[in-house]
Amino acid sequence: MNAIEVRNLVKRFGDKTVVDHVTMSVAEGEIVGFLGPNGSGKTTTIRIMCGLLTPDAGEGTVLGHNLLTDSLKIKREVGYMTQKFSFYEDLTIGENLEFVARLYQLRPAGEYVGRTLEELGLASRRDQLAGTLSGGWKQRLALAACIMHKPRLLLLDEPTAGVDPKARREFWDEIHRLARDGLTVLVSTHYMDEAERCHRISYISYGRLLATGTVEQVIENAGLTTFIVTGPDLNEVAAELEGRPGVEQVAPFGTTLHVVGSNRQLLEKTLKEIGRRKGTRVEPGETSLEDVFIQFMAGSKDNMA
Amino acid sequence: MRNTVFSFARLGALLTKEFIQMRRDRITFAMMLGVPLMQLVLFGYAINNDPKGLPAALVATSQDQYTRAIASALENTGYYRFDHVVQSAAEAEALMAEGAVSFVVTIPSDFARRVERRDEPRILIEADATDPSVASNAISTLSTVASQALLREQGMQAEAAEQAKQQLQVIVHRRYNPEGISQYNIVPGLLGVILQMTMVMMTSMALTRETERGTMENLLAMPTSPVEIMLGKVLPYLVVGAVQVMVVLAAATLMFAVPFVGSMPLLFSAILIFVLSLVLLGYTISTVSHTQMQAMQLTFFFFLPSLMLSGFMFPFRGMPDWAQWLGEIFPLTHFLRIIRAVMLKGANFAAISTEIAALTIFVILFAAMALFRFRRTLD
Ligand SMILES: Nc1ncnc2c1ncn2[C@@H]1O[C@H](COP(=O)(O)OP(=O)(O)O)[C@@H](O)[C@H]1O
Ligand SMILES: [Mg+2]
Repeated sequence: MNAIEVRNLVKRFGDKTVVDHVTMSVAEGEIVGFLGPNGSGKTTTIRIMCGLLTPDAGEGTVLGHNLLTDSLKIKREVGYMTQKFSFYEDLTIGENLEFVARLYQLRPAGEYVGRTLEELGLASRRDQLAGTLSGGWKQRLALAACIMHKPRLLLLDEPTAGVDPKARREFWDEIHRLARDGLTVLVSTHYMDEAERCHRISYISYGRLLATGTVEQVIENAGLTTFIVTGPDLNEVAAELEGRPGVEQVAPFGTTLHVVGSNRQLLEKTLKEIGRRKGTRVEPGETSLEDVFIQFMAGSKDNMA
Repeated sequence: MRNTVFSFARLGALLTKEFIQMRRDRITFAMMLGVPLMQLVLFGYAINNDPKGLPAALVATSQDQYTRAIASALENTGYYRFDHVVQSAAEAEALMAEGAVSFVVTIPSDFARRVERRDEPRILIEADATDPSVASNAISTLSTVASQALLREQGMQAEAAEQAKQQLQVIVHRRYNPEGISQYNIVPGLLGVILQMTMVMMTSMALTRETERGTMENLLAMPTSPVEIMLGKVLPYLVVGAVQVMVVLAAATLMFAVPFVGSMPLLFSAILIFVLSLVLLGYTISTVSHTQMQAMQLTFFFFLPSLMLSGFMFPFRGMPDWAQWLGEIFPLTHFLRIIRAVMLKGANFAAISTEIAALTIFVILFAAMALFRFRRTLD
């Protein structure tokens, strides 16, 4: 049985379709990354999955419970970490956790809170007001609170936004540890390195699911060719390449230039001319996940309007 | 399967959280206890319940001894200050209309002749009763003072006085407002108004605060039911209301010597139902507003008409029928009747049962509305 199995989810706000026939499945124990530009409908999709929004169309099951009729059962077994910190800033860490423990009727609440604090290394900050915590600590608290009741599925909405790299690394180690114990995780993110730590990723744009699969599959399916250009006056070369046949992306990376296109022949032809310049070298390169996403974004209109 | 609709454990969690937040929010906490007390002191003293030296006009066409005797006796009471002595009723009318005098005392030209003939001598007192509390004490002293003055002037013996007293007719016209309120109305009424203000306002923001801060999303994602969330918000404020009541009632009896002739338990029960209706109303407002600002505006939208039409500002029976009908839809209206009846008249349960029933209906209605309006989702 899949932990998440939803078909053709649709959600409209006014006349704007924010989630447009999204079909998704997540196997048990899997870590799935949910990617897409701002305003593409990630948060909305996740909210539908945990019963916080009712879809206008579509159906599905989450942990075997019907999405449309069993949202209370879903809430009990899912841990949802909101995009914006949504615990009480005027309560201490301990009080917040205690509140959550009692709402889930975990008994004895004190024991659960104590253990969770220990596990996450928050014990020393138990009496600190949540509002005075830094981003990294807030995120730890939120994660602690949503795994305390031992959910079978974690829905994490941009959990590492604004968190430093070390805290992010630790956060992901923790996610993998939890997944090893059988927890399923759906996590939305903007970070490529995080996407690469997922078993599978889904890319959503403008409410539509554009790609899904392992990172390698997504890159493969995008059908892009990438060349790496090195040499002098790279700025000039970049300006020259912009808009030429076959060139769809030109991005400087340190002392190199990544040139990406979906039509291999056109791109090779254009780059052959560039390669004749003195000192300039053109070599085939590996298409990265980021190249693929940039390509996706360029292909769809701005979602934020 | 655990109960999904109601659990004391979950309600307990919500209540604990709410009380901690209340304790940490110093300003709100101060507002809950300090402001009512301050308002009581401020309004209680500002609304002078026995004003003296009120400006008056004397319309006296003759300057006979009886006229002079009555005028000076009235001035001696301290209530009247004859700033104007005029010859015609029209002049006096104008003075009252512009607010220069609060009273017009008219002693007719045939007054002296009627006194001598014992032919029902009359004095007309017109009082500006726009603000009825201004006039009431001044008027109540008037009859006695005037007749005593007259008797003295006639040199009558005490035994004859009783009989003669009845002969003097003091005709009192309360102008602009047919019903006079006693000043004791104000302090009990103030309790209702203060409670209404703070209770509705605070609860109306309780839920919208969660929405604004984003904590609502988290709350809804956890297993709580609408009933629990409602009670979790409403009960703490009920406690606050009870404390407020104690403070204001104690202060009212100590500072203003407002008589308390009725049954204390009866009054407290009634107050509890009233406060419950207020917090539920506030909560209902909370479920329909998206921001705290909207909640505040809705509260004021409700507050002002209830103040005007409840009988706090103007006598209820003095309003036109349609306004009285409108007035009935405010819990404050019924509460004012209860508290005045119990505190001042010593009314028993039977006497106020219809008002209690009305408040109970509000409680049920508001609770139903709040639960109906409450969204389990973020749609
Ligand atoms: N409650 C709402 N009412 C109206 N529009 C909304 C609401 N929630 C989200 N939207 C809109 O839906 C789109 C998708 O939002 P969201 O799901 O938050 O995207 P993401 O999480 O991918 O950034 C955005 O354009 C946003 O403005
Ligand atoms: Mg989002």
